[in-house]
Amino acid sequence: MSKNAPLLEVRHVHQIYGSGDRQFAALQDINLSINEGEFVTLVGPSGCGKSTLLRIITGLQQPTQGQILYRGTPLRGVNPHATIVFQTFALFPWLTVQQNVEVALKARGIGREERSQRAVSLLDKVGLDGFETAYPRELSGGMRQKVGFARAMSVEPELLCLDEPFSALDVLSAEALRGELLELWTSGSIPTRAVLMVTHNIEEAVFLADRIIVMEKEPGRIIADMPVGLPHPRQHKSAQFTAMVDRVYATLAGQTQPEHLELGVAPGEPGTTRSLPHITINDLAGFLEYLDEAPNNRADIYRLEQELKVDTDHLLRLTQAAEMLGFATVSQGDITLSALGETFAEASILARKEIFATRLRRLPMFRWFLTMLRAANQNRLDWKVVQTALELEFPPEEAERQLEIIANWGRYAEILVYDDSNGVFYLESAAEPAKAMTA
Amino acid sequence: MAESRQLFTIGQPMHRPFTLGDVAIFIGVGTVLYIGVRLAFNAPDVVKGPTILLTPRALPWYAVLSVVRMGAAYALSLLFSLVYGYTAAYNRNAERVLMPLLDILQSVPILSFLPVVVLSLTAILPQGVALELAAIVLIFTSQAWNMTFAWYQSLTTIPNELREATSIFRLNRWLRFKTLELPFGMISLIWNSMMSWAGGWFFLMASEIFTVGSRDYRLPGLGSYLKAAADEGDIQAILMGLVTLLFVIIGLDQLVWRPLLAWSDRFKLESVAGQDAPGSWFYDVVRDARVVAWLREHMIGPIAEAIDARTLAAPPTRRAQSQGESSRHWVSGVVELGSGLVLFYGAFRIMEVLTTITVAQWVGILGGLAATLLRVATALLIALAWTIPVGVSIGTRGRLAAVLQPLVQIFASVPATALFPILLFGLLKLPGGLNLAAILLMLLGTQWYLLFNVIAGASAIPQDLKYTSALLQLGALERWRTLILPALFPYIITGAITAGGAWNASIVAEYVTFGGQTLSTVGIGSRIAHATASGDYALLLAATLAMITAVVSINRVFWRRLYRLAEDRYRME
Repeated sequence: MSKNAPLLEVRHVHQIYGSGDRQFAALQDINLSINEGEFVTLVGPSGCGKSTLLRIITGLQQPTQGQILYRGTPLRGVNPHATIVFQTFALFPWLTVQQNVEVALKARGIGREERSQRAVSLLDKVGLDGFETAYPRELSGGMRQKVGFARAMSVEPELLCLDEPFSALDVLSAEALRGELLELWTSGSIPTRAVLMVTHNIEEAVFLADRIIVMEKEPGRIIADMPVGLPHPRQHKSAQFTAMVDRVYATLAGQTQPEHLELGVAPGEPGTTRSLPHITINDLAGFLEYLDEAPNNRADIYRLEQELKVDTDHLLRLTQAAEMLGFATVSQGDITLSALGETFAEASILARKEIFATRLRRLPMFRWFLTMLRAANQNRLDWKVVQTALELEFPPEEAERQLEIIANWGRYAEILVYDDSNGVFYLESAAEPAKAMTA
Repeated sequence: MAESRQLFTIGQPMHRPFTLGDVAIFIGVGTVLYIGVRLAFNAPDVVKGPTILLTPRALPWYAVLSVVRMGAAYALSLLFSLVYGYTAAYNRNAERVLMPLLDILQSVPILSFLPVVVLSLTAILPQGVALELAAIVLIFTSQAWNMTFAWYQSLTTIPNELREATSIFRLNRWLRFKTLELPFGMISLIWNSMMSWAGGWFFLMASEIFTVGSRDYRLPGLGSYLKAAADEGDIQAILMGLVTLLFVIIGLDQLVWRPLLAWSDRFKLESVAGQDAPGSWFYDVVRDARVVAWLREHMIGPIAEAIDARTLAAPPTRRAQSQGESSRHWVSGVVELGSGLVLFYGAFRIMEVLTTITVAQWVGILGGLAATLLRVATALLIALAWTIPVGVSIGTRGRLAAVLQPLVQIFASVPATALFPILLFGLLKLPGGLNLAAILLMLLGTQWYLLFNVIAGASAIPQDLKYTSALLQLGALERWRTLILPALFPYIITGAITAGGAWNASIVAEYVTFGGQTLSTVGIGSRIAHATASGDYALLLAATLAMITAVVSINRVFWRRLYRLAEDRYRME
């Protein structure tokens, strides 16, 4: 299908938020081209900027630096040849199904008769005939997204962008809709020249795409560009398919780095501070217990997703946390429990807390936080003070989330106390009365 | 019932209590007041208004006049809200000035503005026109702010993906307004319009008739009818007037607001199971009428189509980027310098006027503030004392709430100022009568909103929490302490903030003319009213500015903080 003429080129795109000391690269030096006839997916953990990149590519957002070339011409404003299918459908709830499609055509100045004709025939094509006068709220998620597709197709886009279009749907509707999309695309019955899809579901990416672009966060960047050389229709159970999924997982999760890179540095020191993965201790403990039961204390990360019924993103965060705390090691798309992880999984509640506390004290983020707390007057620190300090490393929202994780983990390990009513952190030893109350 | 919270719109949370911008805005408002006062000096010395007939026959016509006045003011408010909110939501620079300005404007005691507005208008316009205009402006100032806040808030909370959809599908400004912004804000606009009308009635009563020194201004209407009847002590006429007013309010509710609410149900973002759509018999009648269907098919449809086509035919405005930037910088520099000079001049003039106020007068103003504060607080406490138990018992019984809610809304619309003459009639004979009457007037103005909010809060308590507290066998006291009061807290705070209108009411409550005699009690409201009546403009300016400062400070320092606490900790979602 490929004609090898780049339809779209992304050149040295940077997206930087904040200014001065508080600068964060949401995207760093992104280079990428999409050819006619290609179905490309962007995968990566949340926060890697894949959705931002999609918005920059369609012209909804201006990059801080760099440019987008569409058919060789620099893009200014919203790309008239591109369209988006949104994760949350973005249908107007007060318009009927048909009106929702028609409004896109009306905006292009198409007359009443033709508009309604085209809308009806498109709705027919996606299997929604009979639902023209229904309101979106009367439809199931899968049907709503069909309206989203019909609306996107109605403007006959050359570049169809999909922003996690199936992630808000239940498993069965997502499966069905994926198949229908693939059929529309491979049969060539739509004028679309290329598809760009953002997803965090790796299996979905392998099922649909000709090329998978893997992104990593902090800063958001491309770490791999992997062609998927499998013919359609693809079989989920086939050996080649699972091998491909494993390879993508391995790329995403298996980047074992030297310790100083793996753990990052404390906030304020030169180098990157690695953020703490956003997970709860409960989930982590459950995860480790599961691995403890598994043969050889080892599991294929890709299979875990189905067995644990968690999404890719969550699974990656759990893996990252287990690795960061030394409870597990990752290689070749497999995760193996370490001796420490085994001990933790089998320990009593109190023993778990102790193990957890010793591991936390090793993390640069906690070392930094505890040093600050010890140095503070009365071993007390205000939430706002810490957040301001963290904002030098992370965007404000992320800084807040990091602090929530610190509070959550630190409370569990009983190395610190956080009093929610006045927003103050205490060192565990400095908070006897508070401890007596929680005990 | 979730949307009833949208009835009460509060300014966006501010993180600093006061900024330099606030000071500038404060001086700006003061300057406008000052200019008004200067103009007022040129007003004619003696004015005699038309006689207000007290026969029942005059009532229908008076009612029509008052409704038209309200309608004109409302149209003005709506236009103002749409433009002001739109500008604030889409222009970052404008937003920084407009939103704090709005916050102060809604704290300005509207009633003390009235004489200034009337007098300055009569100085430059024919008297009849000036009076109508003044009444409309006054009603406008009681209607516009909450609608503007609501519209601004709905514009800034439109989900991002819907907004992106309008960009990616290249909807032009008009289509975006029509398909996204207006529908999204519609429910909140309608609820706030209802609230604005209720507030408007309150001020209509006060704006149709008043005296400044030997000038007697009056406009024929329901408000002036009631006031004239009160002056004569004609109880029968007062009752007739009240019945007419109630009739008008119920009529508007049934023929305008209920149908609008029923119609606007389609603009809900997500319909939640178990929530009844608001119904309206009139809406059902109109919707099913043949004429309406015909109109929609042959008139409204084609006209809308033609308008859409027209906006699409206009060449898309390409934003001139780099060039426009620099010249805009230049323009905004000049504007800033100019407004700076005006503010400086204003500050100078205000200081000049304020220095003529003696120390004794300042002490009087401060004493008045304290007395009025006490009254406002008392009214609020009384309102809390009865609305919480009653509201909870209504709100926790779904059926009862569904029946009583519309009734409460109608009661809330009956302006306290209209009932005031009757209260006076009953209370003036008692010791401390005016004091009592003043508190009662404030109470009448605030309690309905509180009740409304408590009902909404009580009905929003999740069923499983109620079950849990039953299973735990919590005693009544314990249940109130751990479940009901914390769950109500955000709602009570929202209701209490809206109750700030009591300050405004003090101007009519603390200084009254009834049955031919003038009565007054200590308070900032009576200071302002007295200064107005005697034409002491320096004192009027000083007292008004003092009241603005007090109200804004209390809001920022006290209510905002509680509001944020409520949002952070006691929000159920």
